[in-house]
Amino acid sequence: MGRRVLITGLDTFWGGRMAQALESDPEVEMILGMGTREPSVALERTEFVRADQTYSILSRIVRATQVDTIVHTFLVVDSSRTSGRALHEINVIGTMNLLAAAGQTGSPVRQVVVKSSTLVYGSASTDPVWFREEMSRTSPARTRVERSLLEVEGLVRDFAEDNPATVVTVLRFANVLGTDIVTPISSNLSRSLCPSVAGYDPLLQFVEEDDVVRCLEHVTRHRVPGLYNVAGAGKLPWSEVSEMCGTRLLPLPPVATLSVAAPLVRLGLIDFPPELGDILRYGRGVDTSRLTKTGFTCRYTSAGTVENFIRALRLRRSVGKPPASYTYEQDIEQFFRHSSAIVHISGDA
Amino acid sequence: MTSMATGKETAQREQRASLVPLPRPADETIDGDRLSDVDEWGRSEHIRNLARRLYGPLYKHWFRVEWEGLEKIPKTGGALLVANHAGAIPSDAPVIMHGIEEELGRPVYGLADYFFREAPWVGTMWARAGGVPAHPDNARRILRDQGQLVLVFPEGTKGPSKTYTDRYRLRRFGRGGFIEIAMRAGVPVIPIAVVGAEESMPILFRVPRLAKLIGVPYFPVTANMMLFGPLGLGLYFPAKFKLRVLDPVTFNVPPAQERYSKSRVMEEAETIRMHLQETLYEMLRERRSVWFG
Repeated sequence: MGRRVLITGLDTFWGGRMAQALESDPEVEMILGMGTREPSVALERTEFVRADQTYSILSRIVRATQVDTIVHTFLVVDSSRTSGRALHEINVIGTMNLLAAAGQTGSPVRQVVVKSSTLVYGSASTDPVWFREEMSRTSPARTRVERSLLEVEGLVRDFAEDNPATVVTVLRFANVLGTDIVTPISSNLSRSLCPSVAGYDPLLQFVEEDDVVRCLEHVTRHRVPGLYNVAGAGKLPWSEVSEMCGTRLLPLPPVATLSVAAPLVRLGLIDFPPELGDILRYGRGVDTSRLTKTGFTCRYTSAGTVENFIRALRLRRSVGKPPASYTYEQDIEQFFRHSSAIVHISGDA
Repeated sequence: MTSMATGKETAQREQRASLVPLPRPADETIDGDRLSDVDEWGRSEHIRNLARRLYGPLYKHWFRVEWEGLEKIPKTGGALLVANHAGAIPSDAPVIMHGIEEELGRPVYGLADYFFREAPWVGTMWARAGGVPAHPDNARRILRDQGQLVLVFPEGTKGPSKTYTDRYRLRRFGRGGFIEIAMRAGVPVIPIAVVGAEESMPILFRVPRLAKLIGVPYFPVTANMMLFGPLGLGLYFPAKFKLRVLDPVTFNVPPAQERYSKSRVMEEAETIRMHLQETLYEMLRERRSVWFG
């Protein structure tokens, strides 16, 4: 029997991309995607089920569909587009329900993959230049998104301890840039003025969006257990990134940075979530040698990621945004009645 | 005619190729064109080069630096250079880094307190000039994985913050962290005795309250300030610099260990400290003049 995979956040960027990637894998028998909204990408064989953002329905779905793998892509790492309350609900409560479903007695789940972020390391003057997975952050987590991600990873650690038979994979991705994804950093780099903190020129590391999907696929396909940093090779200073992207730096004062940024954010001139204030001061680097040992390396280096991003941006500036060519129509009831994804355990089918 | 036509054809083909990129092989790494030469530690050879050009005259004509035993520093491979630290705004670090980079043609990374990283502008310039925060993991990577030269002052800020009355008296060598760094990296420790830095910017007294207020480790009032006013912050006295490289110290311990015997570490640190202290006294015995050596 092939793999039966459940993907969370099918309606979000990563869920959609991951489902598309798994569809071409013949070893994956069934793909089921959960989302709060309809998926926005064309999918051939992925089943969609609508759920609330905390996934309270999940244990029923896991039992009914007998999924053996859960890919948890639905973790918010960009606090500028989500309220604090929603962020907590999605990240912490969502993961809690997901792990509860995966850990229920007689659970068919054999692997859980969690897409976390290098935000868990924070960014401070006392940091090492390269973080390894076993190192912990050197400064207390002050931003909401960092606190929620730390809580999520704590839940996952507990789950892994309680369920030694289940393969648990946690991937910490560096800042993502790519052809399609929109993040605070990418939108800043797309404008003619891009924020910096005066007097600081931090070294940053990037990972390309295709490498993110490739890495999720890699650990899922090979059932790689453990905790891994994922980032492109090398680092480059923020001033150089902005120069490559042809944007001018707008230096914010090193003191009261966030208060000065707030009105500019409100006016829509810049994006400046609190996490960005830290990373634009001290930067961040993660060591990816542990991931390399599992047989995976990112195709794009950090510099290659930035260059690929700016090439895509130039194209988009010339030809405009491609129109949305796809809308999804189906609802949850039909799914339960007609989908071949449902496994009738009692044998009455 | 024919050659022109083929030339045109090739050009067209090239153009076509650049318009429609062919799918690249899956294992090929895609790198971008860097615009600067800033490395992973934040050091830029370009900026170092500029700094060396500016610092050259000061090194040659102001401090008239003289080295002894420079050949003891290896031309390849990692080594941890340790030296005594002095002067309100220490003049020894740039002298050592400049000297070795000029004479041996290999970069020197300077480990220092996180404090430098926090200071805007200063921190950025410091990093571009080869400064690295003194995190044990950073040191291990530069020394062991990359085989570079690393300079560290085991006295920390206690060295440069001491007043002129304590000149050439080595402070405590921290907790011997530099020995552990060298042991873990499996590299030798090379002590360097520096004479001259003490007199280039002597501290008369310190103002701890002011230091606390502006958030710096110490606030010195120097003889230079007394003579030149605010200019004294950057103007060194032309003390004659003499540097003596001591024999490399190696430890017969397996590298990459999590911890080493604390007593062994402290013992090695103290031996190096004593040796450095005695060398300093010896050099001072030989010195006839502060200004002419």
